[in-house]
Amino acid sequence: MKSDAITRPIAELAEDVRSGKLKAAELVQACLDRIEATKQYHAVLEINPQALERAHEIDRRAGQGRSDGRLLGVPFIAKDNFLTRHTHTTAASAMLKPFRAPYQATVIDKLEAEGAVMIAKANLDAFAHGSSTENSDFGPTKNPWDKTKVPGGSSGGSAAAVALAQCSFALGTDTGSSIRLPASFCGVVGVKPTYGLVSRYGVIAMGSSFDVVGPLARTVEDAALVLDVMAGRDPLDATTIERDAQTYELTDQKSNVKGLKVGVIKEYLAEGVDPEVKAAIEAQIDSLAAAGAKVSEVSLPSVGLGLACYYILVPAEISSNLARYDGVKYGHSAPAAKTLAETYDLSRNQGFGAEAKRRILTGTYVLSSGYYDAYYKQAQKVRTLLTREFKAAFERFDVLVAPNAPTVAFPLGQKAQDPLAMYLCDVMQVAVNLAGACALSLPIGLAHGLPVGLQLIGPQRGERTLLKAGAAVEGMVGRLEVAV
Amino acid sequence: MSRIGTSEVKRVAALAHIGLSDEEAARMAVELDRIVGFVEQLQDVDTAKVPATSQVTGLADVTRLDEVRPCAIGQDALLANAPRRQDGYIKVRRVL
Repeated sequence: MKSDAITRPIAELAEDVRSGKLKAAELVQACLDRIEATKQYHAVLEINPQALERAHEIDRRAGQGRSDGRLLGVPFIAKDNFLTRHTHTTAASAMLKPFRAPYQATVIDKLEAEGAVMIAKANLDAFAHGSSTENSDFGPTKNPWDKTKVPGGSSGGSAAAVALAQCSFALGTDTGSSIRLPASFCGVVGVKPTYGLVSRYGVIAMGSSFDVVGPLARTVEDAALVLDVMAGRDPLDATTIERDAQTYELTDQKSNVKGLKVGVIKEYLAEGVDPEVKAAIEAQIDSLAAAGAKVSEVSLPSVGLGLACYYILVPAEISSNLARYDGVKYGHSAPAAKTLAETYDLSRNQGFGAEAKRRILTGTYVLSSGYYDAYYKQAQKVRTLLTREFKAAFERFDVLVAPNAPTVAFPLGQKAQDPLAMYLCDVMQVAVNLAGACALSLPIGLAHGLPVGLQLIGPQRGERTLLKAGAAVEGMVGRLEVAV
Repeated sequence: MSRIGTSEVKRVAALAHIGLSDEEAARMAVELDRIVGFVEQLQDVDTAKVPATSQVTGLADVTRLDEVRPCAIGQDALLANAPRRQDGYIKVRRVL
């Protein structure tokens, strides 16, 4: 089978598997071949050894008319911070290198219940800490458009896998940018849902009041279908919220932007944006207006504080969440330790990479006695200010637009030695997570020969409007295909 | 403004149970100082009348019935990842 089949719309693939026109096993094999042929990009950490067998079982049952599901036979790749039954789950960290999960994430169960086949686990920045996938303890992923560039992070393996046509869709997590940034750098669609819309049960925690699960896909339509399967309350995750009663799928085929109220976030186009990126974003905004959207500028005065706010609150939550890696229950344990205290100190020093340590220490510092009010509490107040500004903006606008990042994908190694420069990659995205809002990144063209993503932002639970707007923009620009 | 030195990093690392080497602590001191210097900008924001966010979607006191539910995962599966085990227990090194 040619790999062309992999890039067809997900709903069509599922329909063809159901009718027997297409074999799930052939589709999965085509993806596995594709993974092998493009392995120099290092998007994938491990293949699911059960994938082909599961696909054969789906085909057998489909042959008897007993197999159904909206994602029947559709191959996907999960970021390696989702707990999965038949593979390791490492979070791309030395700490969890030997770890095999005793249970599986709710979203993996939900996708499998609709017939999807998890074929592999994707690379990421260790524990999802990073913006380039260079913090992976198993080596970086390379950008499918240019092997010398980063794919973005932390879901860099997931985004690269979709761009390389290794799967129909991939799962990512987004705490501050980690779905949208790699989607933008790799030229694919990435959706960051409202906080709590998708269960986090069985997903390795980073910043628990920020983390969300979302799809990376080739089109908004595909992403919407996957989101619809995943969304909804989970008794195993008390922070989940009620989903919309109506589907997130794009039911009316011709979305358009006529009458859509679009706010252009002034602060994100003010300065520091690469001129070519800025030109691409502004050209797209002009076409939105020309196509009948009501476009005007909006100011969110506090978004400039977003990154500082984020880099207090998220490290604080990381320092708490990563306290569980103690060298006792699971994960790396220092063989030379003689006492319990040494087990902690040595195992954690050996198992965590530099970025995890940096964030744990920053978080411990801001939470430590005497500093809590000045840093953590102040940041939670600034978070309130930001959330209010977003809410006020959404009283006037259906969606907000911004770039995803000030630049396109940057060279591997460029920011690896400068943690603060790496943090600044997320400057246009973290505010969305602080406000718990939803957003997506959508490829709109190239700058310097590399993909540029437009960031569309919706209010909490605004996914249906957001996805429709995304599909309308996509209809105007078409798809970006990388030739690998 | 330089406020975080090697000794402060070692104090924090001890709280976080990370046994940094002297060399690592010195490097982290430089990096943490820059990071904390960057986040300092929030100090200038007037938040006197602003409540702190506790839950961003407004959920409060999510409860469920306190009932026993069967667990499909057995003891062996749960202990399989423990680095040191004995007789169905996780083995811990001496505390003192």
